[in-house]
Amino acid sequence: MSDIEQIPVTMTVNGKKVQRFVEPRTLLIHFLREDLNLTGPHIGCETSHCGACTVEMNGMSVKSCTLFAVQANDAELTTIEGMANADGTLSALQEGFRQMHGLQCGFCTPGMITRAHTLLQENPNPTEDEIRMGISGNLCRCTGYQNIVKAIQYAAAKLNGTDFQEAAE
Amino acid sequence: MIPGEFTYHRPSSVAEAVAILANHGDEARPLSGGHSLIPMMKLRMAAPEHLVDLGGIPTLKGISEDGDTISIGAMTTQHDLIDSGLLSAKLPIIAETSRLIADPQIRYVGTLGGNVANGDPGNDMPALMQCLDASYVLTGPDGERQVAARAFYEAAYFTALAPEEILTSVRIPVPAAGHGYAYEKLKRKVGDYATAAAAIVLTMNGGTVGTCSVALTNVADTPLFASEAGQILTGSTLDAETVKRAVAAAEAITQPASDGRGPAEYRTKMAGIMVERALARAAERARS
Amino acid sequence: MNDMTPTREQREAALEGMGCKRKRVEDIRFTQGKGNYVDDLKLPGMLFGDFVRSPYAHAKVTRIDASEALKLPGVIAVLTAEDLKGVNLAWMPTLAGDVQMVLADGKVLYQNQEVAFVVAENRYIADDAIQLVEVEYEELPVLVDPFKSMDADAPVLRPDLDGKTEGAHGPRKHHNHIFTWEVGDKDETSRAFAEADVTIKEMISYHRTHPSPLETCQCVASMDKVNGELTVWGTFQAPHVIRTVASLLSTIPEHKIHVIAPDIGGGFGNKVGAYPGYICSIVASIVTGVPIKWVEDRMENLSTTSFARDYHMTAQIAAKNDGTVTGLKVHVLADHGGFDACADPSKWPAGFFNIVTGSYDFPAAHLEVDGVYTNKAPGGVAYRCSFRVTEAAYCIERAMDILAQKLSMDPADLRIKNFVKPEQFPYQSALGWEYDSGDYHTAMHKAMDTIGYRELRAEQKAKQEAFRRGETREIMGIGVSFFTEIVGAGPSKNCDILGVAMFDSAEIRVHPTGSVISRMGTKSQGQGHETTWAQIIATEIGIPAADIMVEEGNTDTAPYGLGTYGSRSTPVAGAAIALAARKIRNKAQMIAAHMLEVSEYDLDWDIDGFQVKGNPQARKSMKEIAWAAYHAPPPGMEPGLEAVSYYDPPNMTYPFGAYFCVMDIDVDTGVAKTRRFYALDDCGTRINPMIIEGQVHGGLTEAFAIAMGQEIRYDEIGNVMGASFMDFFIPTAVETPHWETDHTVTPSPHHPIGAKGVGESPNVGGVPAFSNAVNDAFQFLGSTHIQMPHDAWRIWQAAKDLGAHG
Ligand SMILES: Cc1cc2nc3c(=O)[nH]c(=O)nc-3n(C[C@H](O)[C@H](O)[C@H](O)COP(=O)(O)OP(=O)(O)OC[C@H]3O[C@@H](n4cnc5c(N)ncnc54)[C@H](O)[C@@H]3O)c2cc1C
Ligand code: FES
Ligand code: FES
Repeated sequence: MSDIEQIPVTMTVNGKKVQRFVEPRTLLIHFLREDLNLTGPHIGCETSHCGACTVEMNGMSVKSCTLFAVQANDAELTTIEGMANADGTLSALQEGFRQMHGLQCGFCTPGMITRAHTLLQENPNPTEDEIRMGISGNLCRCTGYQNIVKAIQYAAAKLNGTDFQEAAE
Repeated sequence: MIPGEFTYHRPSSVAEAVAILANHGDEARPLSGGHSLIPMMKLRMAAPEHLVDLGGIPTLKGISEDGDTISIGAMTTQHDLIDSGLLSAKLPIIAETSRLIADPQIRYVGTLGGNVANGDPGNDMPALMQCLDASYVLTGPDGERQVAARAFYEAAYFTALAPEEILTSVRIPVPAAGHGYAYEKLKRKVGDYATAAAAIVLTMNGGTVGTCSVALTNVADTPLFASEAGQILTGSTLDAETVKRAVAAAEAITQPASDGRGPAEYRTKMAGIMVERALARAAERARS
Repeated sequence: MNDMTPTREQREAALEGMGCKRKRVEDIRFTQGKGNYVDDLKLPGMLFGDFVRSPYAHAKVTRIDASEALKLPGVIAVLTAEDLKGVNLAWMPTLAGDVQMVLADGKVLYQNQEVAFVVAENRYIADDAIQLVEVEYEELPVLVDPFKSMDADAPVLRPDLDGKTEGAHGPRKHHNHIFTWEVGDKDETSRAFAEADVTIKEMISYHRTHPSPLETCQCVASMDKVNGELTVWGTFQAPHVIRTVASLLSTIPEHKIHVIAPDIGGGFGNKVGAYPGYICSIVASIVTGVPIKWVEDRMENLSTTSFARDYHMTAQIAAKNDGTVTGLKVHVLADHGGFDACADPSKWPAGFFNIVTGSYDFPAAHLEVDGVYTNKAPGGVAYRCSFRVTEAAYCIERAMDILAQKLSMDPADLRIKNFVKPEQFPYQSALGWEYDSGDYHTAMHKAMDTIGYRELRAEQKAKQEAFRRGETREIMGIGVSFFTEIVGAGPSKNCDILGVAMFDSAEIRVHPTGSVISRMGTKSQGQGHETTWAQIIATEIGIPAADIMVEEGNTDTAPYGLGTYGSRSTPVAGAAIALAARKIRNKAQMIAAHMLEVSEYDLDWDIDGFQVKGNPQARKSMKEIAWAAYHAPPPGMEPGLEAVSYYDPPNMTYPFGAYFCVMDIDVDTGVAKTRRFYALDDCGTRINPMIIEGQVHGGLTEAFAIAMGQEIRYDEIGNVMGASFMDFFIPTAVETPHWETDHTVTPSPHHPIGAKGVGESPNVGGVPAFSNAVNDAFQFLGSTHIQMPHDAWRIWQAAKDLGAHG
C-alpha cells in the first residue's frame, strides 16, 4: 500500500467509544459502513446533494460522504442504528415514518430520520414549511415528501405529548 | 469518486498552520468545512498532497464587535451566522444570505472563511462581502495583512491569497442603523448555486437614497461589485427611470457562462431582475 | 354467541386484507437502518471493480496500456475487451435484439462508455488505478442530433453492422437506422385527413431523461470454482431474467446460478437491463475466483446505465368543426443512442406506443416509428412507465390541447366530447388494443367539479386581462390531462423477454399452524410487496396478513417470474397470487366438508373459514383446516396445503385518470409555481389505499421533475452535461408541490381481483398535466407549443420569443 501514514481516530458512535487507524483520505461514510459495519447510512450521490449519508455529529446533521473520518476525531456520532428507544422499540420518528407511510424503498430513510431527529431537537414544533426547509438537504425519489412531512409532524406531536391531527386533504 | 492520497495535518494554532503551509508551498491546502474542497478532491480536480485542517484552531471561530466593525472568524459556519444574535441585530443580511446557501447539513459545516477564500464565482458570500465593503485578514509567515473584498478576487479560483497564507477573519464595517438590505437569489432548487443573485445595502433620507451598494453573484468569473449601479441610485428617489438605468449598469458588467442554469443572455437579465427586486425589498426595509 | 366471539367486522379487520391501509412490514427494518442492500454485503476476500471510461463520445480506441496501473500495490487485474473475447463476452445481446459492447472493442460510441475494468483490493485503490490506465483515442466525428442520423453523410456509428440491411425488427434503410415500425391503416387515416374540417400538426419532443433511483446499479458476483456455481447479488428488478441471461452468456447451467436481489433502493426502470458492470464482475470473479463488488457512482449512473424517452413525435389530428376527432397520424423519431438496448419486453420495437390514441375514440389512426443511432448512452428504459406509454400519453395529451386551441374549444370539453363511452367497453382501438374497462366521463366530471374547473378558467381570464393592462407580470396556466395507460405485460401473444413469455407466478404454502409463506417471481423496489401481496392472500384464504410471510428476489426459492416494472406486478403476479390462493381455498373447502361431514357444496366461504349453509354455527376456520390438512386429511387426499400458479394474462389492463395542474408563472424570470395539483386515478380494485396514495405522490413528483427540468443533455460534441444531482433536477421537499389525490373504481373485468396497477399512472398522466399547464398559460399570447423541459430559462425564452418582455 501507500507510504501515507495511517492515523488513529477515536470517536463515540451511538454511545460506544471506537478507536481505529485510518488512511487520512477515508471518507466518514466508508469508515462507518465498512470499518464499523454501520450500513444504515447510505450512499446516494457522493456529491453532497442527496443526504442519504446523513449522520448526527456533535448535535449537527452532516453529510458523511463529504467529511474525512479524521475530521470526526473525538466527535460524538449518532447514526440511524442509534435512533431507536433505549428499550429497542421504535422511536417516535421511526414510528411516524411507518404510520404515515413516509418511506417506500427505504434508501433515503436512514438519512431522513437522522436529519429529522436533529431538526426536532432544534425546533420541537416545526411548521410544514420549516419541515420542508429542514429536510431540503435530503432527497427522496419515491415518496414525493408529503408523507415524510406528516411523519415528522406525527413524531413532533408524540414527543410533545399532543395528538397528531392529519390535515384534511 | 474517491479523493487521492494526502498527508493530514491538524495544527492547533494559526502560526503552526502557516508554518506547515509555508513548508509545502503549492502542495498544501487549508481545509475548513471541506464542502467545496472535498467534492473537488473526489473528482480529482484538486489533489493536494498535504491537507491542513483548520478545525483544531479555536481562535478561528467566533463573532465579535469592535467599535464600528464586526469581526467574524474564518471557521464560523453558515449555521453559526444564522444563529448569531449580534449579526441579526447589526447585519441581518448575513443570515438572509446564509439561509439561501446550500442546505441545512452543508450550512452546519461550511464556513465563512472557506466560502470567501474558495474563489468560486458561485459562492454567495463574496459578493455580499463586497457589498458590505468587508476586508479579509490574511495571515502569512510575515504576519498579517488586510485585503478589501472588493480587491480580492482576480479570476475563478484566483485570489489575492498567497499559498502560504490563511484567511483568519473577515472584518465588516457595521452599516448605519436602520439601513435597508436584501439578498435576492434565483436558483433552480435548494442546494443549487445562483443562476444570478444580487446583494443590496442602502440607507434612505426621507425619500432619497443616502448610500447604496450593489454586488452580484455568479454572473462572471468573479463576484462583481456594481459600483456604477450604486452611484446611479445614490441620491435618487428610486424613480422608475433611475432604477432602470441602474439595472442596465449592473447588467452591463456581467459576463456569465452559459450552463444548465441558462444561456448567458438569460443570466444577465436575471442579474438585472435580482437587482430590481433586491432594491425594492431593501428600500421597503430601510428606516429613514 | 357469547361476548368473546368476534363480530364479522372484527374478524374481517383482523385479516388486514384487501382494501385496508395496512402499515408496511418492510418499514420495521428500513426505519432502523437494517435494510439489506447490495452495497451492504461484505464477503471474505471480496475485491472491488471499477471502470476506466471514455472521455470522448465517438473515437477509435487505438491502445490500452494498463502496465502502470498493474504496478500499483493492491491492483489485481485490468480487463479489456481482448480479455472478454477469450470467454466470448466482449459483446452482449440486448433485450431489443441488438448487440452491445461490454468493454470498448476498438471504438467508443458515447461519453463515459466502459473501456476497461479495474479489479483492486478496495474502491480507493481501484480509483487510483483508473487514473493510471493509459488509453489512446483517435477522435471521430460525433453525431448528437437524431434528426441528422440518417443524413447521407452522417458518420457510420456501427461498423459492426456494415452491410446488414435487415435488423431485429425488419429492414434497415440507412447505416444509422435501427428499425421502422408501422401500425394502423394508412389509407383510411389519409382519407380522414382529406375529408377533415380542421387539422393540426406539431412536432412534440419528449426529452432524454433518466430514472435515477436513489441507490445506483450495483452487484456482487461470486464464483465458486469448486462446485462450478455462480452467485450474483444485484439491484435486479427482474432476477430470474438476469439468471437466464447469465446462463445463456456464460454457459453455466441455470441451476448452478443463484441470483439474489436483496432490498432495492428504487428502480423506476433503471434496474431492468443487464449492464457491463454485471458482466465484468461475473467475468472477474470467474478469473480471480473471489467475489467482486461493483457499485456505480451517480455520474456513471446518469451517464451510462440507461436513459429514458428521447422521442420526437410529430402528431397530426384530423377533426370536424364540432370537435369530433376523425383521424390521428403520428411519426416518431426515436433516439436510441449507440446501441439499441431498450428494456422493452413487448414484441414491438416501440413497446406499447400504439396506445397513442389515448382516451379518445379515433376511428382511424396510423403510426410510424423510426429508431436511429446517435453518439449517446444506450438504454431506452421505461422510467416509471409501461414501455413508451409515457411518451404516447404526452403526445396525445399535448396534441388534444393544440386541437382545442385551433377550434377555440375548451380543452376539457374537447376531451369529453371524444372520450370512449362507457358502453363501448371492451373497446377496440384503431391501433389494435382492446381496452378492458373504463368510465372516463364520471372520472372527468368528478375531477372538474372538485377542482372548480370553470371558476379557474374565469380567474385565468381575469388574470390575462390584468397582464395585458400591465397590472401584473404573472400569468396562470391550467393543465388538463386525461390519460389511459396500458399495463400488465403481458399476454404471451404480445410479450416476451428473450423468448420467455411474460407470465408471472406465485407459490403459497400454508403451514400446519396456519401461518403462511409465499413466494413470487416479482421484486419490490419500494412498492411494498411484502405488505400488499399478503393482503391479497389474507382476503382470499382468510388467514391474517400478519401470519403471512412474503419472499421475493431469490431465484433458488422463488418461482420463475419476469420481475417488477411496467406496473406489471399487480396485474400479472397479483392475479397469480389470487389464483394460487383460490387453489388453496378449494382444497380447504374439501377438507372442511370432510371435517363437518357435509358435502363441499353445502359450504359457504365466510371471511376466514367455511360454514354450513343455513347453519353458520357449524364452521371451520382456516386455521383449523390447515391443521387438519397435515393431521388428518380426508381419505385419499394428498396431505398438505400449498399451491403454485403461473398466470398468463388474457389481456393488458387499462388504468386511467384525470389530472389537473394549476400553475402561476413569473414571466420575467420564467419561474413556474404549481399552485394546485389534483390527481384522480382509477386503477380498478384498490388493494392498499395507503400504498396507492404513496405511489401516486412519488410518480407525480417524478412527473413534476421531468416536465420542469429533469434532462440528460449533450453538447454538440457529445459531452453529457450535468450528470450529477447538482444539475439533474431532483426536486427537494421545498420545490415539490402539494398533491391532492382522488379516485374512482372501475375494476378490470378479466383480472381475478379486478386490479389494474397504478405505480406508473402518475408519471404517465402527470407530465402532460404539467406541460399543458405551461403551454396553456402562454396560449393567449399566441403560442401553440413550447417544448419540454420547462425549466425557468426555457420558459423565460418562450416568453421573450412571444414578446412578453416588452
Ligand atoms: C451541494 C452543495 C451546494 C452548495 N451551495 C452553495 C451555495 O448555494 N452558495 C455558496 O456560497 N456555497 C455553496 N456551497 C459551498 C459551501 O457553502 C462551502 O461549504 C463553502 O463554499 C466553502 O466552505 P468550506 O468551509 O466548506 O471550505 P473548504 O471546502 O474547506 O475550502 C474551500 C477552499 O478554500 C480554501 N480555504 C478554506 N478555508 C480557508 C482559510 N481559512 N484560509 C485560506 N484558504 C481557505 C481551501 O483550501 C479550499 O481551496 C455548496 C456546497 C455543496 C456541497
Ligand atoms: S451520498 Fe452523501 S449526500 Fe449523497
Ligand atoms: S423511500 Fe425511496 S428514496 Fe425515499
